[in-house]
Amino acid sequence: MNVAIVKYNAGNIYSVVHALKRLGVTPELTDDAEKLAKADRVLFPGQGEAGSTMAYLRQRGLDRLIRDLKQPVLGICIGQQLLCRHSEEGDTDCLGIFDTDVLKFRPDRHEDKVPHMGWNTLSAMQGPLFKGLEPGDFVYFVHSYYVPVNPCTAAVTEYITPFSAALHKDNFYATQFHPEKSGSVGERILKNFLDLAL
Amino acid sequence: MALAKRIIPCLDVKNGQTVKGTNVVNRRQAGARVERGKAYSEQGADELVYLDITASHEGRKTFTDMVQRVAAEISIPFTVGGGINELADVERLLNAGADKVSVNSAALRNPQLINDITGHFGSQVCVVAIDAKETEEGWFCYLNGGRIRTERTLFDWAKEACDRGAGEILFTSMNHDGVKQGFANQALARLSEELSIPVIASGGAGCKEDFRDTFVVGKSDAALAASVFHFGEISIPELKAWLKAEGINVRL
Repeated sequence: MNVAIVKYNAGNIYSVVHALKRLGVTPELTDDAEKLAKADRVLFPGQGEAGSTMAYLRQRGLDRLIRDLKQPVLGICIGQQLLCRHSEEGDTDCLGIFDTDVLKFRPDRHEDKVPHMGWNTLSAMQGPLFKGLEPGDFVYFVHSYYVPVNPCTAAVTEYITPFSAALHKDNFYATQFHPEKSGSVGERILKNFLDLAL
Repeated sequence: MALAKRIIPCLDVKNGQTVKGTNVVNRRQAGARVERGKAYSEQGADELVYLDITASHEGRKTFTDMVQRVAAEISIPFTVGGGINELADVERLLNAGADKVSVNSAALRNPQLINDITGHFGSQVCVVAIDAKETEEGWFCYLNGGRIRTERTLFDWAKEACDRGAGEILFTSMNHDGVKQGFANQALARLSEELSIPVIASGGAGCKEDFRDTFVVGKSDAALAASVFHFGEISIPELKAWLKAEGINVRL
C-alpha cells in the first residue's frame, strides 16, 4: 500500500512515520502534488500553530491540493483543526472540509489546565475508524484549541466541555488526539484507517 | 471523565564508561533500556522519562542513538533529560524522536533557555525539572543533580519557569528521594495551586499508597518513580488497578 504523509512546517511528524512502520507500512513524506494525489492513503499530522502552518500550505498550493484529495485522508491534531473552516488561533481561515470553527479552551476552574495534555477517554464513537474499540478507551491528547461537537463529530471527549475527539465526512477523517502516541488503542485506529474500504 | 493521572517510570542511562576503547558494553546497556521501556509501556505506563546521567561526548552520541530506537519502538510519549545545555541539544533530541525534553541546571543558570525552547518548539515539549531541598529557611533549588545549592527558592523558580512558558514542572524533593516514605505532598499541593501547568511528583515512592496520596493530598497530575518499578517492588498493572479501586482516575 502506498501511504503518503503531507510534508509541511509542522513538528512531530516522525512519530507517525514510526507508528506506520510498526504496522508494516513505510510511508513517504512528501509535498509533491502528483505523489499525494496518487497515494492510497494520505496522512496530515503534526503539531504547530494554525496561522503559520496555513500560510505555509497556501504558499505552496497545498491547501487546494488537500481539499481535492479523493482517497482516505487522516488529519491528526493540528491536522484536524486545519481541516475545519476557521481557527480562533491567529484568527485563521482554514481548509473548510468540516464546516465548523476551532475554539480556544477557556477553563473556569484552576485544576483545568491548558493545554489539555495527557490520556483521556473516547465516547460516542462512530464509523470504521473505531472498529474494535469501546467507549472509555484512552487516547493521548496535547492541544489548547478544540473543535466543538457538530454534525461531523465521530467521537467525543470531555475536557472543560465536550468536544470532537474525531471528525468524519466523506473521505476525510480526523482525530484531535495522537493515535501514534496512544499505545495499542492508537495502533488499532491507524490500522483501521489503513484497512478502510476504498 | 477527566484527564487521567499519569504513572511515569524513569530510566537512568549511563553510557560514559568505555571499555578498552569501545563502547560495546554501553550500547548493550542502552539496548536493555529500550527493552525495559517497552516492557513498561506494555504494562500500562502512561509516559516514560529517560535520563542521560553521563556527560561525555561519546555517551551523548549513544544516548541520542538510543532515543531514536525508543521513538521507533515505543508507542507512548517519552521525555528525555540530562546534559541539555542549549537549544542545539533540544533540537538534536526532538529530531531523534523525543516528545519532550526536561531541562534542569541549565535553565536555572540561564532561565532564557526556557523561553528559547518554548518559542521554537512550543510549551508542550518543555519540562522544567527542579531538584529542591527543604531547610529551616524553606525550600531551595539545587544544581548539578543536587550537588550545588542556589539561593533560588522552589516556589519562586517554579513560578518563573511557568511564566517563561514551561509546559510542566517535574519536582524532585531531595528530602524524600530514595527514602521511600512518600512524596513531598505539602510542597506539591502548593505548587499545584500556584501554577497553571501540570506538576509531576518525583522522589519518595515506596508503596502503592504513596501514589494515591500524591494524587489526592499532593494534587499532583503525574507521579514519577524509578527503583520501585525497576526492582519490581511495585508492578504497574497492580498499582493502576489498585488506584482505580481507590477512586483515582487512571488509564487501564
